Amino acid sequence: MTDQTPALRLDGIVKTFPGVRALDGVSFEVLPGECHALLGENGAGKSTLMKVLAGMHQPDEGRIFIEEQEVVLPTPLDAKAKGVVLIHQELSLAEEMTAAENIFLGELPRKRFGMVDWKTLFARAGEILKKLNCDFGPETKVSRLSIAKKQMVEIARALTVDAKAVIFDEPTASLTDAEKVVLFDIIRDLKADGVGIVYISHRMDEIFTISDRLSVLRDGAYRGTLVTAETDEDEVTRLMIGRSLDYSRNVQHAELGDIALEARNLSCDPLFRDVNFHVRQGEVLGFYGLVGAGRTEIAETLFGLRHPSSGQILLDREEVHVASPADAIARGISLVPESRKEQGLVLGMNCRDNMTLPQIGDLTAGPFVANGAEIAIYDQYRDRLEIKAPSWRSIVGNLSGGNQQKIVIGKWLAMKPRVLIVDEPTRGIDVGSKSEIHNLIRELARSGYAIIVISSEMPEVLHVSDRIVAMYQGRVMREFTSDEVTEDNLVQAISGIGGERAA
Amino acid sequence: MNNALTWLLRNPIWGFVLLIFVFFSVSNEFFFDPQNFKNILVQTSTIGLIALGMTLVMINGNIDLSVGATLALAASLAIDIQGWEVFASWGSWAILPGVLAGLLSGVLLGALNGFIVWKTGVDAFIVTLGAMLGVRGLVFIYTQEQSFFAMNFAYSDFGASSVGPLPTLAVLFLLFALITHLLLSRTVHGRNTYAVGGNREAAVNAGIRVGPHMLINFVIVGFFAALAGITLSTQMGASTPNLGREYELWTITAVVLGGTKLSGGSGTIIGTLGGVLAIGILRNGMNLMQVPAFYVLVILGTILIAVLFLDKQLTRRGKGELRT
Repeated sequence: MTDQTPALRLDGIVKTFPGVRALDGVSFEVLPGECHALLGENGAGKSTLMKVLAGMHQPDEGRIFIEEQEVVLPTPLDAKAKGVVLIHQELSLAEEMTAAENIFLGELPRKRFGMVDWKTLFARAGEILKKLNCDFGPETKVSRLSIAKKQMVEIARALTVDAKAVIFDEPTASLTDAEKVVLFDIIRDLKADGVGIVYISHRMDEIFTISDRLSVLRDGAYRGTLVTAETDEDEVTRLMIGRSLDYSRNVQHAELGDIALEARNLSCDPLFRDVNFHVRQGEVLGFYGLVGAGRTEIAETLFGLRHPSSGQILLDREEVHVASPADAIARGISLVPESRKEQGLVLGMNCRDNMTLPQIGDLTAGPFVANGAEIAIYDQYRDRLEIKAPSWRSIVGNLSGGNQQKIVIGKWLAMKPRVLIVDEPTRGIDVGSKSEIHNLIRELARSGYAIIVISSEMPEVLHVSDRIVAMYQGRVMREFTSDEVTEDNLVQAISGIGGERAA
Repeated sequence: MNNALTWLLRNPIWGFVLLIFVFFSVSNEFFFDPQNFKNILVQTSTIGLIALGMTLVMINGNIDLSVGATLALAASLAIDIQGWEVFASWGSWAILPGVLAGLLSGVLLGALNGFIVWKTGVDAFIVTLGAMLGVRGLVFIYTQEQSFFAMNFAYSDFGASSVGPLPTLAVLFLLFALITHLLLSRTVHGRNTYAVGGNREAAVNAGIRVGPHMLINFVIVGFFAALAGITLSTQMGASTPNLGREYELWTITAVVLGGTKLSGGSGTIIGTLGGVLAIGILRNGMNLMQVPAFYVLVILGTILIAVLFLDKQLTRRGKGELRT
């Protein structure tokens, strides 16, 4: 393997931003037909390295080689022309155009007078989509595609050139498990064609599924390369964060209190139907299922963002009608939403203002907001959640994902809720912060909160939950206690096989 | 010194105000004169008052294009009603119902704009564009294309009066600027204004009732537009149906110059004050230098684009420094 010519090689790359040395002499190579994973916590320099590779940033020092030819990549177009293509984490497609137009955007085939050669365009795009086993045609409008299919279009874009190296940046962030399988097949096909793959991800299980080798960055410096087959999660985690992690099954149960929240035959057609569950004080109830199984919609219904079509919600054993989020908050129900940047935070606001946003109406002195009281609340939850921000004046958009999530959690804890719903508590958060947030959820339960955790990550659900509700296509398939649940029966339940309908 | 510099970086428009102030002081003998400063303040106060409300609406991520037409309606109502025969025996008190009716029209039109935006979800640009055309039509119907003149001289005397050394209209503007500044920077409503404009979904999730909140800001800008109509008509002692044409554009220009983003979420009254003054000083200074009016428009348009380009460069560099 080592005597092959690397498809792409970096040598001693240094990149500094004012005040920060983002990359400190990083070397890295990917061989043709190899999938080389790149790991590191948020801020470790993965994104910067990737942008250097794709021609979006220029390195201050160091050299880049494509097939051992030294190159300079002044723009992403140059990088693409030389065969290095980046598949963006955030999809950057023109929604109102067809798949074919998106695939050839910027290099549409032309006829005379600059007219678009539609025939060639659709034919060539169709070929590429067929190669990717896509079930939609090149003339489909992108806005009508699911996220997974949009990603296919993004990948198809990379295949319009003779790609030597393709960089995937967190490609599975918004994919379901089934869609992941398809993506991995495509990556394997690309490998078989001799393309080098750089695979950036937070998700350890994926890296072990798909990669041949992996390299770890920490604080902008290269920490080592391992052959995937010869290592394990523990070793990789130690390399990433400098210590190992406890990711065991949750066995310690807190002292359970009274039933805080109960749903009886709750339905919101057509999203979910006849859902029954309850959660006690001091308990963590996990919801596990595929994307689209109706978990988030249940949370939104409990929080007043949707109105149930039938069924009851009981809070402290009394039926309630939650009319709006404001109403839910007044009743002591809080929701940490699925997507903190879109739904949870005002990114341009500072830490304090974000944290006190839901209760600011009560923090007044005369006509004005009481500054001191606000800062006191921020300080209290900053200390309790160990939020690392330079000061309360820091703009939330500049914090790391983990600290942003802690601000959202702190915001709702400060409301002293009776029921805390957390949707995807650690999405897009690095490994170190993940375990902190898991510990926090357990600790909150111990101190008497009733907590509902919704997650797409099985280890997470197993780790934090006392009981687990498995959902499939809008229905509760089965409810497990943490003693009886296994990875196998959980997977079966959420795939709609073998699970008995819960009473 | 360091504080002053960071302040100036955050409010680059005040650096620009200082620059043109020095420029006109040096290059024109009539500019640096207390009487001229008073003129500038009075001339600015009309656009300035509207800009205060527009700042709130724009931080919300909305816009109000109907302010010029609202201004004309309020001015026409104020002057017409004070001349009604019912109030003939009221003496100078007859002005009061006129002014109140004018202000009320602004509040109601603002509420209507806000209500439509809230309930239909149609973009504020479209709703207030419709209002701009419709209200202007109402003004022509109401006035039958006539100008109104204030028969009571107390009305126009107010426009020319002073409080101590300062013109009353300037004092009124500065007072409302202070109140709006406190509203925006210190109250719950102000905080919610930033939250709704910064991330509407997060604001909803935090329990803020976004629709009623936006309605209040439309009411505020409607009130200020009506008030500006009244103060403008006291300066002229009259109202015309074409009063306030293009004022929505001048107001938006001033607010944007002051650093408020069209996309919402950021902006300050201090910045808006700078934007309003920048336009006021430029118009006044070029007028004194006898630059023909149409050239003034060309120069102002160029400056608007140049200042925003500069601002973009400055913030882009700021962001690059923060990214790690």
